[in-house]
This record gives sequence, C-alpha cells and structure tokens, in this order.
Amino acid sequence: MSPGAPLGAALGLLQRDLLLLLWRQRADALNPLLFALMVATLFPLALGPEAQMLSRVAGGIVWVTVVLASLLSLDAVFRGDADDGSLDQLATCGQPLAMLAGAKMLAHWIGTGLPLTLAGPLLAYMLGIERAAVPTLLLALLLGTPLLSMVGACCAALTVAMRRSGMLLALLVLPLTIPVLIFGAGAVDAASTGGDPSAPLLFLAAGLALALPLAPLGCAAAIRIGTA
Amino acid sequence: MNRFTLWFHKMGSPPTFYAFAERWRPWLLGGALLLTTVALVWGFGYAPADYLQGDSFRIMYIHVPAAWMAQFVFFVMAVSGFVAIVWRIKLAEIMCIASAPVGAAFTAIALATGSLWGRPTWGTYWVWDGRLTSTLILLFLYFGVIGLYRAIEDRRKAARAAGLLSIIGMINIPIIKYSVEWWNTLHQPASINVIKGSSSIDASMLWPLLLMAIATKLYYGWSALSRAQLMVLESERGKDWVRELAGLPMVGSSSRPVEPATRSSTT
Amino acid sequence: MTAFDSPAPPLFAARGLGFSRDGEIIFAPLDLEVWSGDALVIEGANGAGKTTLLRVLAGLLDPTEGCLSWQGVALADGQRIAGSIAMLGHHLGLKVDLTPIENLRFRIALGGLRHGMTAAIALRSAGLQGYDDVPLRSLSAGQRKRTALAALLLSPATLWLLDEPYANLDREGQRVVDRMLETHCLRGGAAIFSSHGLFTPALSRMHSLQLGGVAA
Repeated sequence: MSPGAPLGAALGLLQRDLLLLLWRQRADALNPLLFALMVATLFPLALGPEAQMLSRVAGGIVWVTVVLASLLSLDAVFRGDADDGSLDQLATCGQPLAMLAGAKMLAHWIGTGLPLTLAGPLLAYMLGIERAAVPTLLLALLLGTPLLSMVGACCAALTVAMRRSGMLLALLVLPLTIPVLIFGAGAVDAASTGGDPSAPLLFLAAGLALALPLAPLGCAAAIRIGTA
Repeated sequence: MNRFTLWFHKMGSPPTFYAFAERWRPWLLGGALLLTTVALVWGFGYAPADYLQGDSFRIMYIHVPAAWMAQFVFFVMAVSGFVAIVWRIKLAEIMCIASAPVGAAFTAIALATGSLWGRPTWGTYWVWDGRLTSTLILLFLYFGVIGLYRAIEDRRKAARAAGLLSIIGMINIPIIKYSVEWWNTLHQPASINVIKGSSSIDASMLWPLLLMAIATKLYYGWSALSRAQLMVLESERGKDWVRELAGLPMVGSSSRPVEPATRSSTT
Repeated sequence: MTAFDSPAPPLFAARGLGFSRDGEIIFAPLDLEVWSGDALVIEGANGAGKTTLLRVLAGLLDPTEGCLSWQGVALADGQRIAGSIAMLGHHLGLKVDLTPIENLRFRIALGGLRHGMTAAIALRSAGLQGYDDVPLRSLSAGQRKRTALAALLLSPATLWLLDEPYANLDREGQRVVDRMLETHCLRGGAAIFSSHGLFTPALSRMHSLQLGGVAA
C-alpha cells in the first residue's frame, strides 16, 4: 500500500493532459495556431500592405497575436477538470497541489505556447520582418510564452468557480501579460533596428525565473479557493 | 505589541468591528471634508503659480493624491487578501472587497485629472505617457478584481478569489510600472515628464499636497469602513447582534442559532 | 488507568463540525467518529447537506466551525495526510475522452496503487471487463460509475468518502458496491458514504448519521 511519488503524479497528469489535448481532442489542437494566423492577417488588411510600414510593426503584431491566441485556450485548462470532478480528485489525492498545477501549466504551454513560438517566425516573415530579428523573436517567444501560460493558468484557476468566464478571464489576464508584451516586442524592435536586445531578453528571463517557483503556488491556492 | 495583537484579534469579531466603525466614521468623513476644503482653497487660491506651467499645475493637488491612493488602496487590498487567505479571517475578506470601488474611483480620478493636466501642456487629452499608461493598467486590475468578486456566487469564495487576485496584482504592479517606464523611455527618449514628480516641488507648494494626502486617506477610511459595515451586516444577518441592532427580537441566548443533528447507531 | 483501558483514537473524527454559506446553515454542528472497519452512512433528504458534509470531510471545503482529526491528531483546515482518503464524488472524476484503462492508469499515478491490485483486476471486480479500449464517452452512466468504483478499488487509501455510491447502478452494480464495502471494512479500512436509503450492505459495524432539516 503506497501513495505515489509527487513527481510521478505530476508526470502522470502531464501525460494525461497531453494525450487529451494533442490526440483525443486533436480537432481543437490547431485552434490557437489558426487564430494566430487569422489575427496576423487582419493587421495588413486593416493597415494596408505597404511593406516598409508592416516591416516596422511586424514584431509588435506577432507579439499581440501570440498573447491573444494564448488567451483562447486558457479557459479550458481547468474548466474540463472542474466539470467532471477531476479537480476534486487532484485536490484530495494528497499530492502537492503546486506540482500538479505546474504540470497543467506545462501541458498548456506544450499545447499552445510552444506551437505559437514555432509559428511566430513564420508569421513575422509574412509581415516582412527584418531577417536579423528572427532569432531574437524566437528566443523572446521561448522565454515569454511560458510566462503567458503560467500567469494565465493562475487566472484560469481563479475563474473556474464561475459558470462561464469568457471575457472576464481576458480582463484578468491581459494586464498581467503587459510586461511580457513590452519586453518581448521591445527585444524584437531592438534587434530590428540593429540595437542590442539583451536587456529586455534578460528581463524576460528574470520574469521566468521569478514565475517558475511562484506561479504554481499561486495557482494551487486558486484551485483550493475554487473547489471550495 | 501585545496590545496591538489583542486589538487586532478583537477587530476580527464582527460586532466589535461594527461598533468601532460606527464610532469612527463621522470623524473620518468630517476630517476628510475639512482637510480637503483647506487644502484645495490653499492650493487653488494661495499657492504660488508654477513658472513653467502657470496655473494649470494646480490640478496636481487632486491628481497626485489620487494617484497615491490608487496605489495605496491596492496595497491594502493585497495585504488584507493575504490575511484573509492565510488566516481565514472573514473581516479581512470584507475589507479587501470594501476597498476596491474606492480604489478604482481614485484611479479613475487620477486618470481624468492627469488627462486634463496634459491638455494645456501637450494640446491633447491623452498621451501614452509612462505614468498615465501605468495608471490605466491599474484601473484594469481594479476592474478585474471587482469583476471577479461579482461573478462568483458564493460570497466568501468570491472574496477569497478577489483577495488572491489582489495579491497577484500587487506582485505584478512594480513589474508593470517598470516595464511601462522602460517602454516609455524606449519610444520617447526626449520626452519631458508631463506630470511633475513630487521631488521637484517647492516647499510652498507642498503643504496643500500633504494635506490632500491625509484627507484622501481619511476619506478612504470612511468609505471602506462604511461599505465594510454594510457587508458585515449582510453576511451576519441571522445572528443575534444584528437583530438587536435592527430592533428585532432575538432568537436564542448564544450568538449563533443551533439545530443539533440527531444521531443514531445501529449494528 | 492502565494502557489497556485507554481506547485507541478513532481513525477519523469530527467535533462540532458545522457549515454555513452566505448566512444559511447547511448542517448544524455535529460529531462523528469512525474506527478501522467501520462504515458510516449519512442519511438525509435531498438538500440536507450530505454532499457538503462529505466535501468538508474530504478537505475540499473548510468547515465554518469545528475540527477534524486523523488517528487522534488534529488536522488543519484543508490539510489531509497523503494517501489517507479516497473520494468518490457526485462527479466521477474521470475524463470522458479516455478509456477506462487510461483513466485508471492516471488515478494510479495520482493516488498510488493498492498492493496486489492491477487496473485489469479492478475493472473485472467492478464488472466492467471487455470495455477496456472504449472511451468513457461511449459508455452508459452505470458503466462510468463502475469505472469510478474500479478506481476506488485501486486506491491504497484507508478511508473512503463516497457520495451516493449506489446512484446510477443496476441491481448487480449495487451488489458490487456492497461487496466492495464489505471487503474494505473487513480489511481494516473505513467508509463514510451518503445514501437515500436504498443500500443493503451486510456490514457488522455500521452507524448512521441523520442530517435533519435546517431551522427555518
């Protein structure tokens, strides 16, 4: 008779969620990417396709697109578990809830953030970004999308107590994502104009280092409030 | 320290808190009104005009204290949210929520007055200045906390969720402010700060500002305590001390009505 | 008083446990105790607070008053010993897009595995063999319930907290629950479960707790 190890529980949760997200519900797996593509297309349609203008704003457009697309799949992080009682199981199994929350965040990132990171340079290319800025964009997205997943998951856990969170979740998450947006787009902007992107990239890295221990704790606290 | 802890514990009891709030409310409101009148008359009428901005700087006497309160109230919300979550004290939950609308109002006033201040100087009602943008984001955070509280049906769960969000918001506020400042210097390297920082104010202009700072805190105290009183009454409505206040007959001798569950044992 | 006279502390006990929400009393202060081998059935009409009581016992809800203890040691609000409790809620805690086997594998990773048990054995004991690879979505409510019961069999936990374990089950399924409870209690486990009164487990030590109506 033995309760499982915490890491095993977290990995089991990660495996379960990835199986669901990427395979069983794979029809929805591409939604964030398609949304990002659509939104990125809206900007040239609205602003005009003039290459020089688009090239200047390409980095910013990609970042706004990634933030919004990442937002789309946040509600689903905890809502399914709340509806079918899985969240109760997570809360009563005795494993450290912060580790389980971390597994959920990682699953969201692998399912949404990572694909958006890989698609980012493609979108930027379509918008005519400076070639020199693409590696910076990739690195910035790699640092920033986990932050978006982590902060977003905390807010998603807070709103799971409501029947339909919809716009409220966006209202909660977006102000908190502004630093990521500013530093991410700032890094790309610096690289595009021949400057040094290391300062904003370091800020993103610092934010990530700060969020990695804190966000799962906040998320676990939010889950406990939500299951009550 | 012992007296303070004792007072703190006593405040956790709803009837004690209600009586405390009832006693201090008139003084807080009176003090706030008095100080505001003195400060504004002084600031608008008697303080010397600024050599650069002329008379338009006087709006600072409303804008700066409002901006200070916007930050301060969110800090109070985060602290009471923390107390509510860690120690499960109902009154801390209530204080957190009671402070939110006042804080949001101060933020809106800071935004509006900041916008008015910018008009004579920049010719436009809105500039993407570092301070104004941060204040706008702070307003969004307030709306988020208030929105979250109103969207959850269970009052205590709603208050605790809003408290946690206040804590998350509080941790993020310095980060947001710094990032917006950084963004501002990145895109407007030669900008002069529209809104005067308090460090460059001459002493003769400072007094009305300090008086307003105290006045706004008193007003906040009055508003938050009043709202908290109402919330306490609502959440304790079945209890005897509330019935006594309302002049209704009391149900039982203890402070909570009791209906014991019957228990049987079968083998 | 010698050591023989002092009784062992109960496995799980509650003293003065009460819960109210938004000023409305859900259940008034009550006491309960379960020792190893005990079964406690919580009875009451719809809306009497049975589910809420079980959630408070599981640690999902904090009681408004009172305290809980595990083997004599007081528990803080929300604190539970890892692996001590297995819960079967009104919502089963299973993903409908996964098969029974996949669901059980996840529950093993989460809560550990009882010695000598496997997912296949558990499914067979719950009477659900042959549906291993069918996603839960395609199974009936009764079959999903049996999957949840299989998850319970896999758990190494000592105390079972079951909310309406007999719901949605046919006569055979109800007998499965009876057998599970009997075996679990004989082995030294304990169970607290709610019911409307349609149960027939032959348990030697079964107590009942009636949740009464709330004062108007």
